[in-house]
Amino acid sequence: MEQYLLILIATVFVNNIVMAKILGLCPFMGVSRKLETALGMGAATTFVLTLASGASNLIDTYLLGQELAYLRTLSFIVVIAGIVGFTEMFIRKTSPVLFRVLGIYLPLITTNCAVLGIPLLNVQEQHNFVESLVFGMGGALGFTLVLVLFAAMRERLEAADVPLPFKGTSIAMITAGLMSLAFMGFSGLIK
Amino acid sequence: MAIPGQQELTQLENFMEGIWKQNPVFVMLLGLCPALAVTVSAVNALAMGAATTFVLLGSTLLVSLMRNFVPKEVRIATYIVIIATFVTIVDYLIAAISLELYEALGAFIQLIVVNCMILGRAEAHASRNAPIRALTNALGMGLGFTIGLFALGSVREILGSGTLFGVSLFGPDFQPWVVMVLPPGGFFVLGAWLLVFNWWRNRTPAATGTLKPAEGHSHG
Repeated sequence: MEQYLLILIATVFVNNIVMAKILGLCPFMGVSRKLETALGMGAATTFVLTLASGASNLIDTYLLGQELAYLRTLSFIVVIAGIVGFTEMFIRKTSPVLFRVLGIYLPLITTNCAVLGIPLLNVQEQHNFVESLVFGMGGALGFTLVLVLFAAMRERLEAADVPLPFKGTSIAMITAGLMSLAFMGFSGLIK
Repeated sequence: MAIPGQQELTQLENFMEGIWKQNPVFVMLLGLCPALAVTVSAVNALAMGAATTFVLLGSTLLVSLMRNFVPKEVRIATYIVIIATFVTIVDYLIAAISLELYEALGAFIQLIVVNCMILGRAEAHASRNAPIRALTNALGMGLGFTIGLFALGSVREILGSGTLFGVSLFGPDFQPWVVMVLPPGGFFVLGAWLLVFNWWRNRTPAATGTLKPAEGHSHG
């Protein structure tokens, strides 16, 4: 149990997928203009990423193994696209309210590199099934945390009096860099 | 991304589009993850650029050849499978050429699959144009991406390690600015490049009137 807790904390703070591993930057820059959309995107990603981590682990262990390793990238991306499609249908049938909140983010998730990156990292670090699930969920929670924090900062930046050449993405990048510096402070948290 | 009247572009304009007007890194801000993650040295940046260009060219050719056969409903899935195939090829290719490079680039080679630039090009350009035209455009985009990566990688290597292509530039007394080769450095250097382009665009509005502003983009 302790070991899973360690993985969770490590992926949320120490090895945060956006700030330390630099994955999932497209949604990080693209949908962080408003706090609400950031929350929606984070929730949808958490759901899909946890499922994708588990499913890809099962596929890699029981279907691919060593001999078919060259099919890994291909099968993972197909599975992820499938899970995204499935999630979309499932949410639409079961909870129209949730669908209205998350629906527009779901198609975007397929091209979020974190969603493919985490399953690949799972394979690289030879996680077992439960570890993969925890790693996927931790990664997604870390993504949500950073996305929400960043969106809050960007809402403030909109109103701030920024020098003209800095306007737009430039200041956003520098802000993200400062945030990444702050996240490096977590690296002493877990040995 | 589809521009009305795109057909009238000459081949040269078609080629230059990716290098300048729609540069994937500095203007479109596509493929940011590899652009920031692997550009800790100029060599890594060039290798990543080359790998991405290869995948882009290969998938563009196939998508363009198959553009009349693929049913509209399954086109995105088809593109992804095509792209993933070329990524697997390049993945094994790099492992065979240089294990050191393969380890430096890590999972980011496989992550070329989800580089929005490639899927975006397949959807917006390759699926609507004949092979030669699509390839020209893809080559320009790939080169533009490589140039962008190199611009980031060389600055980060010079500041962060005091070297360029592994050659020491400042002698033994140089104190490397270590943060530049760490993740925050990637954000800072890209922010600085965007700052330079913004500043330059604001200074000479007439000469660069065709450039689109870097802000206001939105993508997945």
